[in-house]
Amino acid sequence: MALTDEKVSLLEEKAALIRRSIVEALIEAKSGHTAGPLDMADIFTYLFFHALKYDPRKPDWPYRDRLVLSNGHICPVLYATMAHAGYFPVEEMLTLRKLGSRLQGHPHREWLPGLETSSGPLGSGLSQAVGMAIGDRIDNGHTSGRQIYCLMSDGELDAGNSWEAAMLGGKEKLQNLTVIIDRNNIQIDGFTEDIMPLNPLVDKWRAWNWHVQEIDGHNFRDIDRAVSEAQAVFDKPSVIIAYTIPSKGIPEFERKFEWHGKPPTTPEEIEIALRAVRTLGGRIEAPHHD
Amino acid sequence: MLNPDLKLNPKIFDTDVEQQPIRAGFGEGLLQAAESDTRVVGLCADLTESTHMLAFKKQFPDRFVEIGVAEQNLAAVASGLAAMGKIPFLSSYAVFSPGRNWEQIRTTVAYNNQPVKIAGSHAGVSVGPDGGSHQALEDLAIMRVLPRMVVIAPCDAIEARKATLAAAKNDQPTYIRLAREKTPIITTEATPFAIGQAAVFFHSTGDFKLLTDKIDVAIVATGSLMHESLLAANALHQAGKKVAVLNLPTIKPLDEGLLLLLARQAGALVTVEEHQAAGGMGSAVAEYLTAHFPVPIEFVGVKDRFGQSGTPAELIKLYNLDAASIQAAALRAALRKK
Repeated sequence: MALTDEKVSLLEEKAALIRRSIVEALIEAKSGHTAGPLDMADIFTYLFFHALKYDPRKPDWPYRDRLVLSNGHICPVLYATMAHAGYFPVEEMLTLRKLGSRLQGHPHREWLPGLETSSGPLGSGLSQAVGMAIGDRIDNGHTSGRQIYCLMSDGELDAGNSWEAAMLGGKEKLQNLTVIIDRNNIQIDGFTEDIMPLNPLVDKWRAWNWHVQEIDGHNFRDIDRAVSEAQAVFDKPSVIIAYTIPSKGIPEFERKFEWHGKPPTTPEEIEIALRAVRTLGGRIEAPHHD
Repeated sequence: MLNPDLKLNPKIFDTDVEQQPIRAGFGEGLLQAAESDTRVVGLCADLTESTHMLAFKKQFPDRFVEIGVAEQNLAAVASGLAAMGKIPFLSSYAVFSPGRNWEQIRTTVAYNNQPVKIAGSHAGVSVGPDGGSHQALEDLAIMRVLPRMVVIAPCDAIEARKATLAAAKNDQPTYIRLAREKTPIITTEATPFAIGQAAVFFHSTGDFKLLTDKIDVAIVATGSLMHESLLAANALHQAGKKVAVLNLPTIKPLDEGLLLLLARQAGALVTVEEHQAAGGMGSAVAEYLTAHFPVPIEFVGVKDRFGQSGTPAELIKLYNLDAASIQAAALRAALRKK
């Protein structure tokens, strides 16, 4: 069933709150990544407030869906979404990256209940998600209701390990596995197609026998249609290439690769960032182009 | 004399002592572990037969994952399986795993604290004709430096089977080092084995508890060179030296108590391993004893070189890992005592 207008509004409001928590945490931490967390806020919001099965009071509930964050550096969006979903108090976001914080600079599953893996070094998350999907199949065959989601960056597709995992996922026909790629076209040193071209990205995944979809990563109806379709596909894993705008929500920072790996630090940057996320009025500027 | 309590193979010093590759014990242990625990799964990177995972694959095809030539994926997929409650055993050659996939092992297994069991076969120069590219001489160093990682180098096929069974139950990331070539069977089914426990296999005066008698020197050996070490000790004993041999299958965690007693009693040690002298078992022993009871130590191992093609016996001799070299090192260590 398609998302109702009310649900879309609710998701937009949640996403705005999550963006605000991300930016406030990054400013307080004085280090961390800005572009990726902001551009993935809508997808995380959709997953935690519509798609995923989980119980924040029982993070190790065995029948929960699994969400593997492969590009660990965008963890502020995972933390913020988890906080707003009830895993921990939102105020704890201000401990991000500080000594003793459960919110490590890159996620460590033993520090914070609810995290499925520890990540940071790029390119290995999909392998772990593939292992989870195979483990789920060993236990439940094709009848499992558990979904394994893996969130990846486009930059980490430079790593051979990502493609090793893609090959295995296709070979094993892991229909319980859905990958969402943050196709924001940037990485630390510049634009992905300058650093190491990935296009034609769709063809690459199709070649490994994946079901491939392309979506606007800021449009909740697009996200919902793609995730629903991914779960309906039989005998193939699915990959959703989500086109996103780096630093989405702070117009002055959007699309600039310089914001990949730094937070707002100067008084001007902080003012620009806070003004943007605190005045969204509960709505992002989502392009409704359908 | 051999330690009677350990029920070692009485034919150890016979020329016709039975021989088996250490890796074969891993295969038997894996099958046995899988029979008694449905959580045990196996992963291999296109080396199923030579790492002795084939019997497991045939018996439990639904619990076996063929990864192909992709060792980074091998380690990280195993981590994902462990996250779903499985006990994954992965096997390959040690140069590839943990060689090629060290970072995946560090992050997705050790840092992530998933109880993945890594079997690294074809360790040491005794791989033979395949040459230096395939002879892992660095694996103990790169694995023992990882927090949480248990590191075991069994001395024969029987100990390898027991180590595999123990690893299936220890709930920790674990590395098991295996060798390709047949080596003499030293232990028996009745020989005790526990992760973290060393044992005195040979002692000139019979003081196997290391409580009273002073001796001239002690040999601490791990893995495939145990038989050469016992031959060296026997020759030294025949020549009138008082000598002991400690089997140290677990390099991490070290059996510190027994090492301390041994160092006190012998006052000089020689460590023996088919590995770089730098960073391996000898280094682990030295790190501990330097801090707690410093004694002269000679290190029998490969001295900052790569391997090469040859027969296993030729290479063991060429790299000064044979009984004669161990004997000479033991005498040097004894001479350095104050």
